Amino acid sequence: MSGMDTTYAIHAEGLVKRFGETTALDGVDLAVRPGTVLGLLGPNGAGKTTAVRILATLVRPDAGHAEVGGFDVARRPHEVRGLIGLTGQYASVDETLTGTENLLMIGRLLGLSRPAARARAAALLERFELTAAAGRAAGKYSGGMRRRLDLAASLVGDPRVLYLDEPTTGLDPRSRNEVWDIVRGLVADGVTVLLTTQYLDEADQLAGEIVVIDHGRVIATGTPADLKSRVGAQTVTVRPAVIDETGRIREAVGRVAAGPVDVSGDVVLAPVSDPGALAKLVRDLDEQGLAVAELALRSPSLDEVFLSLTGARA
Amino acid sequence: MTTMALRNTGTLAWRTLVQIKHNPFELIDFSVQPIMFLLLFTYVFGGAMAGSPAEYLTFALPGIVVQNLIFATMNTGIGLNTDITKGVFDRLRSLPIARSAPLAGRILADVIKQAWAVALLLVIGIVLGFRIETGPAATLGAIGLLLVFAVALSWVSVLVAMLVSTPEKVQIFGFVLFFPLTMASGAFVDPATMPGWLQAFAEVNPTTVVADAVRGLLSGGPVAGPVTWSLAWAGGLLVVFAPLAVRAFRRRI
Ligand SMILES: Nc1ncnc2c1ncn2[C@@H]1O[C@H](COP(=O)(O)OP(=O)(O)OP(=O)(O)O)[C@@H](O)[C@H]1O
Ligand SMILES: [Mg+2]
Repeated sequence: MSGMDTTYAIHAEGLVKRFGETTALDGVDLAVRPGTVLGLLGPNGAGKTTAVRILATLVRPDAGHAEVGGFDVARRPHEVRGLIGLTGQYASVDETLTGTENLLMIGRLLGLSRPAARARAAALLERFELTAAAGRAAGKYSGGMRRRLDLAASLVGDPRVLYLDEPTTGLDPRSRNEVWDIVRGLVADGVTVLLTTQYLDEADQLAGEIVVIDHGRVIATGTPADLKSRVGAQTVTVRPAVIDETGRIREAVGRVAAGPVDVSGDVVLAPVSDPGALAKLVRDLDEQGLAVAELALRSPSLDEVFLSLTGARA
Repeated sequence: MTTMALRNTGTLAWRTLVQIKHNPFELIDFSVQPIMFLLLFTYVFGGAMAGSPAEYLTFALPGIVVQNLIFATMNTGIGLNTDITKGVFDRLRSLPIARSAPLAGRILADVIKQAWAVALLLVIGIVLGFRIETGPAATLGAIGLLLVFAVALSWVSVLVAMLVSTPEKVQIFGFVLFFPLTMASGAFVDPATMPGWLQAFAEVNPTTVVADAVRGLLSGGPVAGPVTWSLAWAGGLLVVFAPLAVRAFRRRI
């Protein structure tokens, strides 16, 4: 490679990494254009963290080659480190330091003056709603607070490339939405993001492109829409309030379904593809005076994605 | 590059020391055990060992200081291992900082803590009746020698930290290694009464030579021999363990 190829913010070819008998990565290619989000999707042990660690200069690949911002991760790690921010899978804050001190330390390490590091720490704590806990030891934070502090720590240096390894695992839905909003904000500012996740939903929310890996290999690549169309439609599920009305509800669902309607237990379910299907169904049920206890539209789960991409259960 | 390394080292040393601000008891915490030893040796054993508590204190204080110093070098390894297992090292390594700074910062901070512990024990010793018979220069020399020895020995602690999986194991290893080392020595008694084989070991034991050097520098008596041996031990430990520890460090992280 030319060595200063900047078409891609992140470019990896043929990454291989073995740990003893385990082959964590078995020839992975990744290419992320500047200012976009790549979702790296895969089940436990797929090799997501290993890929991130190689791209963050923490681990050397056994074979293959990767560049970040045009710098080779193995030969120019210092330059790569100057571009990246890393939020690891497990929060890596110093538990004995307060939130402020954690961020202050990183600011100082990155060469900010004391007042500048202080101001940066205060601004980030504010942004992550940690101001009230700023003076408390990070070891006393809740899991979600620790994750947010970890994310804040990876942003002290205004990284151009950000790695987020399962950033919302263990967060409550509100915190998850906040993290998503923050990521969107960063992308709007031109930051390139590599995000690993086990949730198709999360990749769908944030990523313009998804790479699915399993057993260290890429098994599918595409936009979220591509993948979903390959995986199949969403599923509408309706639980009748009155069991006797199951038959009539089944007919109503049939009118919007994109495939055969199923009844499983007391739940009626069917695939739908038309985005307006849910609204149409609700109107229809309402007009007929049919009451439902539960009505939901479900995206295919990661399990189903794997089932249809590999023909094997994840 | 070097100014960056110094700055980074300073920041990381600050990071290790600033915790004391939140938990000032930590300072007393790691001084409590040697203070209890000091009281025990002075008042319980002192009369039996040397005829009077005051007389024994004169002999034992340097030994207690050295024993405490040796055990405290394990803190360097415990801190490093904690940083690795908690992922703090991953964060540091993902930043564009000097590669040596995480190690150097930790060692610098621990030397500062060692200096505090040595000073505290000396002050308490003096309160209990220990007399410095030499002068300020010799006293500073003794403290300097202790710190040089501590830095050299802390490479053993770094090596152990790189080879074992958890901070607890560093602690256990340190105790198993250092308890016999500090006891089978001339730190608390004159090795002359020990069986021959043990006496031979005790006489070359670094605990003995450093304690003897400190005695010479604080109370008068032979200095050149024990100081030379102490420095030889420090040099030997450094030459053998620093490269091994650095290699293990590079491999681990
Ligand atoms: N340091 C290591 N030593 C030994 N094996 C390892 C190491 N790191 C990863 N592995 C193995 O490599 C494989 C891939 O691990 P990796 O952590 O990259 O997966 P992952 O996709 O991040 O999984 P998860 O979703 O559970 O975080 C696994 O089989 C794992 O056991
Ligand atoms: Mg992982």
